[in-house]
Amino acid sequence: MKRLLILGAGTAGTMIANKLVKRLDDTWKITIVDGDEQHRYQPGYLFLPFGELRPEQVVRPRRGLLPREVDFLCAAVDRVDAPASEVTLTDGRRLGYDYLVIATGVSPRPDQTPGMLGPAWRESIFDFYSLDGAQALAIGLQDFDGGRFVVHITDMPIKCPVAPLEFTFLADAYFRHRGIRDRVEMVYVTPLSSAFTKPIAAAHLGSMLDDRRVTVEPDFLVEHIDAEPQRLVSYDEREIPFDLLVTVPLNMGADFVGRSGLGDELNLVRVDKHTLLSKDYQNIFAVGDASDIPASKAGSVAHFAVEIFVDNFIDHVNGLPMYGSFDGHANCFVESGDGKGLLIDFNYDIEPLTGKYPLPGVGPFSLLKETRANHLGKLAFRWMYWNLLLPGRPIPLPAHMSMAGKHPEKEGVS
Amino acid sequence: MPVTTLDGHQIHVNDEGFLTDPSEWDEDLARILAAQIGIELTEPHWKAIRFLRDDFASQGETATIRRVSTVGGIPVKELFTLFPQKPAKKMAYVAGLPKPHGCV
Repeated sequence: MKRLLILGAGTAGTMIANKLVKRLDDTWKITIVDGDEQHRYQPGYLFLPFGELRPEQVVRPRRGLLPREVDFLCAAVDRVDAPASEVTLTDGRRLGYDYLVIATGVSPRPDQTPGMLGPAWRESIFDFYSLDGAQALAIGLQDFDGGRFVVHITDMPIKCPVAPLEFTFLADAYFRHRGIRDRVEMVYVTPLSSAFTKPIAAAHLGSMLDDRRVTVEPDFLVEHIDAEPQRLVSYDEREIPFDLLVTVPLNMGADFVGRSGLGDELNLVRVDKHTLLSKDYQNIFAVGDASDIPASKAGSVAHFAVEIFVDNFIDHVNGLPMYGSFDGHANCFVESGDGKGLLIDFNYDIEPLTGKYPLPGVGPFSLLKETRANHLGKLAFRWMYWNLLLPGRPIPLPAHMSMAGKHPEKEGVS
Repeated sequence: MPVTTLDGHQIHVNDEGFLTDPSEWDEDLARILAAQIGIELTEPHWKAIRFLRDDFASQGETATIRRVSTVGGIPVKELFTLFPQKPAKKMAYVAGLPKPHGCV
């Protein structure tokens, strides 16, 4: 019996279990481990603070999303003994494996910034990258009547790098609808030199912040947060006061990755960016946010990467070379408020461009342009996530990025 | 890729002026690149630059500020003093390496 052990039953781990159970014969035993019983639809966190989704709409039991043939263990991982091909759980159980897939993602770590987890945490300092954080922020927003409203990113990389921008656009619309926008001074604080990582999208999204009278504070790397007066302080001693802070804490991979010597300084597993195979061990892969590939940490990247990974895995366990090569493909709907959204589509080498997607010239989605259709696409995606994506059913979007329908001649904009 | 000549050094650079071939770099060129962005290199600068060069040679990627701090042992605050405002970019520029892509 050959043993495949998957650590993490999130987006990548669940998809892999559902796809590989159909591809591996009955000489294989698949086990998947996660620290809790609940699968959370993380893109939904964006809408919780504004009351546009309810918490029960973003949570389902993990067991129901996994195939019956797969063993699901609810347990925390203590460490991976890679040379011995064995995982130890915190309850002392040991799980041997022939192949290991690490899909434990990244988590927000407010403990990594001095002053973030003080008495103001979830009083005037909030995050929305966790279910309880997004729910606490819903109350914080209701109670907020005006003042300095600061949206802040601690450091890159973070999950869904467009989410802080989307949150800012939605907050602007929210304050307008409440009739208090004139009393709110909005500030967007980023460690990057502009609003987004890729130049054309950054120019476009940056002008959308200007249109909404949001001040951008670029190149700001927070050192600590002061409690009295409340302010962010950077390593180069700039200060940004706030009345209400919505921060994206440092994102780190699981601590067991670090303890096991498999990770970099952020506990991200070192892998080949095209095959996702560990650089150190021939029987360990890392898929989804848990790896150190230079792509966005996002469900869409996990989705496209899993498509490539599954074929590669079958070749690899049969002793064949892996022909599939992941290109870093990502596409993301970007909410912009007032029932509109944008769509961006990009990979390791090609930045987001304007055009139509997925059908060239037709769409129905417009790239890098605010439309109602893109917003509806984002809403429909929650249904697709639960019903098509996680079960591993085919979605008519190619895993590799395509240039068809895109307008590279606009690349001069920056 | 454009070719440019800096103080007698012929180098290949991208549209932001970063070297595209790390092997064209030497310490003399580092001084010239640093002067381009208003920095005079002192021993603490060299410590950071040498870490970046060595780390790139073994990892194939440009180290982020966090990595220079945690693995290279140079506090982030010091990096901001040595390479003001944009230490990650400025260090990579002077060390003749691609911009770090912690930023995706």
